[in-house]
Amino acid sequence: MAMLEIVDFGKRFTIHHLGKTMPAIQNINLSLEAGEFIGIVGKSGSGKSTILKSIYRTYLPDEGKIMYDSERFGETDLAQISERQMLYLRKYEIGYVSQFLSVMPRTTCRQLVTNALLEMGESEAVALKEAEKALAHFELDPKLWDSYPNTFSGGEKLRLNIAMATVKKPRLLLLDEPTASLDQQSKIKVREIIEKLKKQGTTLVGIFHDIEFMDGLCDKVYDMQTRQLTITKEVVIHES
Amino acid sequence: MLEEPILQVRNLRKQFGTGCMECAEVETRKLEKNFCKNCGTVYACQDISFDLYPGEILGIVGESGSGKSTMMQCLYFDNEVSSGEAFINTPELVSNNVFELSAQKKRSIRNHVYGMVYQNPVHGLKMNFSSVGNIAEKLIAAGNRNVGQMEATSKKLLENVHIPLHRMKEEPRNFSGGMQQRVQIAKALSNNPPILFLDEVTTGLDLSVQANVLDLIKVIQRDLGISMIVVSHDLAVIRMLADRTIVLLNGKIIEEGLTDQVLEDPQHEYTQQLVYSLL
Repeated sequence: MAMLEIVDFGKRFTIHHLGKTMPAIQNINLSLEAGEFIGIVGKSGSGKSTILKSIYRTYLPDEGKIMYDSERFGETDLAQISERQMLYLRKYEIGYVSQFLSVMPRTTCRQLVTNALLEMGESEAVALKEAEKALAHFELDPKLWDSYPNTFSGGEKLRLNIAMATVKKPRLLLLDEPTASLDQQSKIKVREIIEKLKKQGTTLVGIFHDIEFMDGLCDKVYDMQTRQLTITKEVVIHES
Repeated sequence: MLEEPILQVRNLRKQFGTGCMECAEVETRKLEKNFCKNCGTVYACQDISFDLYPGEILGIVGESGSGKSTMMQCLYFDNEVSSGEAFINTPELVSNNVFELSAQKKRSIRNHVYGMVYQNPVHGLKMNFSSVGNIAEKLIAAGNRNVGQMEATSKKLLENVHIPLHRMKEEPRNFSGGMQQRVQIAKALSNNPPILFLDEVTTGLDLSVQANVLDLIKVIQRDLGISMIVVSHDLAVIRMLADRTIVLLNGKIIEEGLTDQVLEDPQHEYTQQLVYSLL
């Protein structure tokens, strides 16, 4: 099977104080093979993040299936899987990066990345070494490694965020506008790490604010407006 | 995934008062929140059921009076349940409803299986014993008799929770609230319990001390693999700590799920209100 296959997927939000149910997205169908990178494009409010958050189960899916080919559980519907299984997948198989950093207070940058690996059961020594490698790769100044991220700039926070997710080497990585507020230099760094992850066989689903960033990086593009999945070489992205 | 819960709770009920004709039947009773206006009976916990898995932190949130603390007190045998079952998955206790065990057996569970950290350190510590004496008390209850060994264990525990050793002979009543809370955590951990209950442990602590205690709890989970139930009305604390979260209202579970799901896609009206109130 494909690594990820979303079938007739839909999500509604019931807002009790308004007495309303609002459909966020409906009829989403897309699939990607292992090692592919799919980019999702569309206007803001079109439901791009809703798809990612539903895959990660931050949102409870309402309709359809999200079939994922898990290393541990085999073919699994992420819309139906138990909470404990989802926690396992989050720990070992599926990563999520957003543009916001939410971490334990007063924990150093170095410790945060190390903790991500310790939670997977890595030894202290390996975790520390891998963490430092990741921080160095994202060009976080070693002077910052023992300070707390609260005082970091937006770009530094984001690079730390990506370091924390990628250091665990997830099979499926969800990128929710991780480059939204980055300068060109940092974007190039992020692009490099994505290319590297692709080479290692990581499957990626990403939302990117700027279309140029995705150019030449994605294998497929899913357009929220047309509900069409296209191979990038022949893609015509709707201006929005 | 074939994974057995370490603690299973089924239909835990706790009422204060005898009940009357109007509120005796669960299906037909009409309560004002959890209170019977006719006879004054309070239904503090109504059919609470959940599983706690090895190594996980389960968050319990809800407003004051929702039954969070009563539930914890029932689990820790501080309060007797009105009815319900709880099963602990250890070889000695398996398939015994622990609520029905003798007082002696319950005491043994408290000494060997459970650890408890109360919101108010007065309930968990003997304020006129030394800090090291408090821990020794728990170690003795758990069957230790070797004084040298107990002192070494106590020192290590106090060090782990960052209590300076030159103050270990001091009584906790001389300590600040945050230090008292950390001594209480050290005491609760001293018998290596597989299950730890934490009741509003960061409430009333300043942010800096709160950060310390949160970090300590995470380290305990990661390094010792202890399963924990964390009760808090502070959603930020729950977000940092809990893998899964249960929302209580008027003594009933109204919602449960992965913590980020409960906070970002709350289903129940009350949970939505709670999340909208988040700073």
